[in-house]
Amino acid sequence: MTDEHHVDDEGNLDDVGPGFMEAADHSVGEGVQGYLMGLVLAALLTVASFYVLHTNLIWGPGIVVMLVVLAIAQIGVHLVFFLHLTTAPDNTNNIFALAFGILIVILIIGGSIWIMHHLNERMMPMSGMM
Amino acid sequence: MSATEVLRSAHPPDIDPYRVGHGGGHDYATGHGEGGPASKRVIVGYGFWLFLLSDIVLFSCLFAAHAVLQTATAGGPTGPQLFDPRSVALETACLLTSSFTCGLSAVAAGARNQLWTQVFLLVTGVLGLSFLLLEAHDFAAMMARGASPQVSAFWSSFFAVVGCHGSHVTVGLLWLGTMMAQVFFKGFRPSIMRRLVCFNLFWHMLDIIWVALFTIVYLIGEGR
Repeated sequence: MTDEHHVDDEGNLDDVGPGFMEAADHSVGEGVQGYLMGLVLAALLTVASFYVLHTNLIWGPGIVVMLVVLAIAQIGVHLVFFLHLTTAPDNTNNIFALAFGILIVILIIGGSIWIMHHLNERMMPMSGMM
Repeated sequence: MSATEVLRSAHPPDIDPYRVGHGGGHDYATGHGEGGPASKRVIVGYGFWLFLLSDIVLFSCLFAAHAVLQTATAGGPTGPQLFDPRSVALETACLLTSSFTCGLSAVAAGARNQLWTQVFLLVTGVLGLSFLLLEAHDFAAMMARGASPQVSAFWSSFFAVVGCHGSHVTVGLLWLGTMMAQVFFKGFRPSIMRRLVCFNLFWHMLDIIWVALFTIVYLIGEGR
């Protein structure tokens, strides 16, 4: 991998997609460094999640919001450092697919919680039915 | 001589064929205009990425069901009564570290180093197996204290979502064993490298699901 373009075994000019470590012309040191950075960031966010649960630093009802924010941040770290999603033009298709996936996930989870919450609110209390 | 090669010889390669941030890009960049189709690895990675996203959508349905059924314990045991935070933390550590070693195996495979690829894949497998054993132990402990899937809607959804992740890890372990054997006997030929890429994506995706899982199921469930 000395010249600027790494041509792989099939004679294709290298391209970068999710998970293609050597394709980005990384040396072994750089590759390990990237994964190490991801590990440290993810570990910090995980520890923060477990810590936040039993802390008095944050207003009680805000803890759930904090947990969700920490989880989304950690998923972002995973996507960038482990799955190597970037904003490079050759990654556009992967990003579009991810954006569509996120849309569907938000619709399913958000929609279900929203609908069922309202349904529960409007239902007669169980004690009144018995 | 393929069209790509002609174009490549016509244009001296510069540092960045895609001209990131400058618009356009040279003709010989694959997957764009005259550069010809993208390499097989890119297409395989993209296809597998689409599969993983559909898998994430599947999990999101299970998460939605679990979130909706948070309080539907029907008089049976609730989650916080039976969850073991220490065990969950240990499982999280196992899976995160295994994701890291899986990445290191990709670096080693990129350098075509047989020994380190096998070592890191083995470490990944051992950590994945410890995760599964911890989870099985957790399940057994919960069931012993009266929380089987039949007890309430809450526990049905709990075992569905956590069990689905666990079965993904199990399948991942089988795949990992297969990949170790293939790398050992067939070496780093292009088809094997593509399979390694897909396996890496799959394993990292499992960790992403687990992040959502321990947050939604264990931490938020406990905070209620």
